[in-house]
Formats: sequence, C-alpha cells, structure tokens
Amino acid sequence: MHAIQLDGVVKEYTSHGEVVQAVKGVTLDIAEGEFFSLLGPSGCGKTTTMRMIAGFEEPTRGSVRLHGEDVTNVPPNKRDVNMVFQSYALFPHMNVWDNVAFGLKQKKVPTADIQRRVGEILEIVDLKGREKRRPREMSGGQQQRVALARALVNHPRALLLDEPLGALDLKLRQAMQLELKRIQREVGITFVYVTHDQSEALTMSDRIAVMNDGLVEQLADPRTIYERPASPFVAGFIGTSNLLSGTAVAGVVKLGEGRVLVPGQDGDVTVTVRPEKITICPDRPEGEISAVPGKVDEVVYLGTYNSYTVRLADGAEVTVFQQNAVDATLTAERGDSVWLSWQPQHSYVIGS
Amino acid sequence: MKLLKAYTWLVILWLASPIFVMILFGFNDTPSKSNTSWHGFTLKWYRELFAIDGLTDALITSLLIAVVSTAITVVIGTMLGLALGKHRFKGQGATNFLVFAAISTPELVMGASLLSLFVSANLPRDSITIIIAHVLFSLAFVTVTVRARVLTLDPSLEEAAKDLGASPWGTFRQVTLPAILPGVLAGAMLAFALSIDDYVVTSFVNGSTITFPLWIVGSVKTGIPPQVNVMGTLIFGIGVLIAISQSIAARRRG
Repeated sequence: MHAIQLDGVVKEYTSHGEVVQAVKGVTLDIAEGEFFSLLGPSGCGKTTTMRMIAGFEEPTRGSVRLHGEDVTNVPPNKRDVNMVFQSYALFPHMNVWDNVAFGLKQKKVPTADIQRRVGEILEIVDLKGREKRRPREMSGGQQQRVALARALVNHPRALLLDEPLGALDLKLRQAMQLELKRIQREVGITFVYVTHDQSEALTMSDRIAVMNDGLVEQLADPRTIYERPASPFVAGFIGTSNLLSGTAVAGVVKLGEGRVLVPGQDGDVTVTVRPEKITICPDRPEGEISAVPGKVDEVVYLGTYNSYTVRLADGAEVTVFQQNAVDATLTAERGDSVWLSWQPQHSYVIGS
Repeated sequence: MKLLKAYTWLVILWLASPIFVMILFGFNDTPSKSNTSWHGFTLKWYRELFAIDGLTDALITSLLIAVVSTAITVVIGTMLGLALGKHRFKGQGATNFLVFAAISTPELVMGASLLSLFVSANLPRDSITIIIAHVLFSLAFVTVTVRARVLTLDPSLEEAAKDLGASPWGTFRQVTLPAILPGVLAGAMLAFALSIDDYVVTSFVNGSTITFPLWIVGSVKTGIPPQVNVMGTLIFGIGVLIAISQSIAARRRG
C-alpha cells in the first residue's frame, strides 16, 4: 500500500494575467514508512507539491491519494497528514504543552489520552520538563522539536517537513538530521521532506525525487542519484561533477591524446565523473582505464582533501578531489602538466 | 541639558493642567451653581455624585451607547481589518480609501449629512441613530489598529492550526483572535473613548436623547455643577487604570 500517490499533478497560477505553471505534471508514489525527499533549487515546485499533499493548494489537474483514498479536494483539516513548517509556526500565546496538545484537542481525544500521548512524544523529542515554556523562551533547535512533536503526536499517516532545518546553524543542523532519522525510525511514520540542501537529502532519505522547473528529473535512492545521475541537471545539482562531451566510436571517446572509455556507446555522448573518483598523476597511466591529459589551473587546500582544477586541451575544466592521506603532500602544483585517470565503471553516460 | 529638562517639565505641565484643574474643582466647596473659583476643599460632591437626575441619566445613556457602539464597531472593524490585512480582493483599494475617508471627514460635515440621511430615511432620532453614528466614525480606528496587527501575523500560523485539524472557526477562535487581540483591544478602547465624549456628531442625530457631553454643554449657561468634574475624574481614573494594566500585561507578554 502506498502512503501517498500523486498522479499527473499540475498546479497553475495566474500572475498579472499570465498563467504560470509551478508544477508541470508530477507523478510519484511514496511507500509506507519511507523517508522521502523532494530536492531541488528554489522555484522548482517542491514546496507547491508538498502543499498540495497537505491540502493548502488544490491541484489544477491530477489527483492526490492518501492510502488509496482520493483527497484531491479535501481541506487540510480533514486530511490525515501533518506538517512541520519552515517558520515552525508555533502558537506564540500557548506554552509547549498546549502547542503539542492542540491537534488532539481538535479531535476531541479524551483528556487522559492527551496527557499520556503528549507526555510520550515530549520524551521522544527530548523536551520533558519544558512543558510550561513559551515558544519565544526557547532556542531554535528546541522550537524545531516542539514543531515536530506537535505534528507527530497526532500519529499522522504521513509527516510533511518543509525545509525544517533551514533556520538552524550548521552544527545544530547536522545533529538534527541524525535526530530526525532516529525519530522517524522510532515512530515509523512516512516522512516527506522538502529541501534544497543536497547533502541533507542524501544523508536522511530512503528515496529522493530531484525536481527542476516543475518536473521530477530523477526519482531514486541517494546512491543511484549520486552515482548515476539521470540528467546533466541532476549531475550538476547533486555534489560536484564533471561533464565531458565528445563522440564515441566503438565505446571510446578520443579527447586529444587521451581517451574516455564508454563501453557499448556510439555517437555524441556526455560523460559524467565525480571528482573523488579521479586519480591525478604526472605520467600517462597504464591499463584499460580512462585517461586524459591536462594542466593544473588551481589547487585549493580544504582540510580533509585537496581540490584540483585541471584544464583539458579542449578548454573543459575538471575538478579532482584528493583525500589528505597519511603524508599530506601534494601530487601536483599549479601549472604542472598531469594525467587524470579513472576506472571505466566510475564514469557514466548521462541519459543512457 | 538643564534647559531641556525644564522644557520637558513645562510641556508635561501644560498637557496635564486641564486634568489637574478638572480633578481639583471636583473637590471645590462652591456655594453656588457655578464652579469657576476656589472656595476650599470638600468631599461633598463625591457623596452627592448622583444627586442631579438629569446628569445621572445622561451619564448612563452615554455609557450604554458607548458599550453598544463599541461592541458593534469591534466586530465589524475586526472583520474589516482581517480582510484588508490578510487577503487581496477586488475593491480592496476602494475599501481602504473609504476607511481613511471616514477618519478625515470633518465631524460637522459627518453630523450634518447623517442628519439629512436619517431625516430623508424617515428614521426617528434617538439612541439608535446615535449608536449608528458612533459606529460609523469609530469603525475606521478599529479597522486600522486590527489591520496593523494582522500584517505582522505569520500566515503559516493559521495553516498550522488547520493542518492540526482545526475548523475555520476553530482556527479563528484559538489562533487568529488571540494573536490579534492587542490590536482589537486597542481599537475597542479608542472606539469607547471616541463614543463617550463625542459632542459634535451626536448633537445632530440625538433627537431628544441627552448624552453626557450634551448635558454638560447644555448646562454651560446656568453653570456646570462640580459633579461633572467628579464624573470626569472617575472616567479618567478608569482610563488610567486600563492603560497601566495593559502596559503591565504587554511587558509580561514580552
């Protein structure tokens, strides 16, 4: 059974007499208990998509199903999903307890059950003993956890999170990422997570839908998204990646003196290879591997690794990451002529 | 610095002197009906506060009109303020303009035109027409204070309430209203204050109904009795108490 199904969902707005499509036809299924991320740059339609699942926006076309039931035109207060807002949207005139109990009170849950469930969830989010605090008396991270508890206490069929960690600083954000993952495992509820932060999506998700310009560009698990991007956009948006173009003849693309192995390919291709898969060395390496020559344009020391920018003969730039191993010596300096090489399985023809 | 201090105190004194005089002459042991020169201290007027029937009736009438017109104004003005602050709609500009026009219309003009309206509508002038007039001129003030508060409201607060299962009415009662309450209360206080001491507009539409300000103006020729000062002092005192409790509550809210 799918927790959430979107079928051909389109959302159009009229702005200054012109029709703008925020979402241009999204079809996806989210499984029960899954940690699912909608990832993309701002304006890609990810938030609009989530708001249609929550019921704050009505799709222009297409349908939204929750557990098989069509809820396309059901208002948000009658949908069994809850949302964690980017601004948290905690009720400022209520203390933590009343904020968290709000949803249960609306559903007329008996007082004894409210007491028990609010107590339990506050324990899970580590806020026991802070029941009487007002939201403004709490730190950003604590407010975040109140917002989470307020949604989770209702045992929704799915929890929708709209960039919930956006307002936190880096350290806290990383801690909360793991915390969210732990809480999701503990409560076993489907999470739909909207973010523009690719590392956040990779860290937490079971599956990711990468969105661009109102469409889903790729829907897969984090490893596939990273290793096998389906389009130049995905390759560029997720991490750093190098794109090399050329014409393949019998599985080999000649690039000046070098070559890129693309087994089974013929014709014009775009090849992507991740910076950390590339080895950098002064001489042409031996063996059945891809190898291209170039000149080092820039070397940047980044602590755990060095980043090289290498310019190829045709002008293309290639970024190479090299781990700072035991002896932190540089393989090449600025201006050196070098060879870049990688195993054929580490490069990938986009769209094949 | 010294000059600035002296100047500040002078301004405060100038602003407060009418109030001091009002309070002081409520304790004036005047033998005649006129209360314009000091004859010594007495508490007599506080004991005989309700001794003049016409004045007492006028005060009660004014209080009733103020309470009713404030209640009506707060309901309509809050709805208007919410609509203007939260939504974009056709005719919003016109509504905004009308609200402002009501503030800037001279009272004499408003009173005169209301009288023509009531006469041509064949409406008998009494407390009802006074209430209609008071709602009219205080509505703009409630609308403006509520709208200012609504504009500071995070729209996702209401979405959160709906998301958690609250009905539209439940959302308003439990989330929106508490959030805009300071604006609503400020508007209510303004409406009450405007209503209880309005003379100009009321004098056009009162018919034979006498309000507190109308009674005072009517008694100018024969002399204003000290009870008027006492009532003024009490109304002022209540206003000060409300203002103090508001600012304490605001400080507690942070």
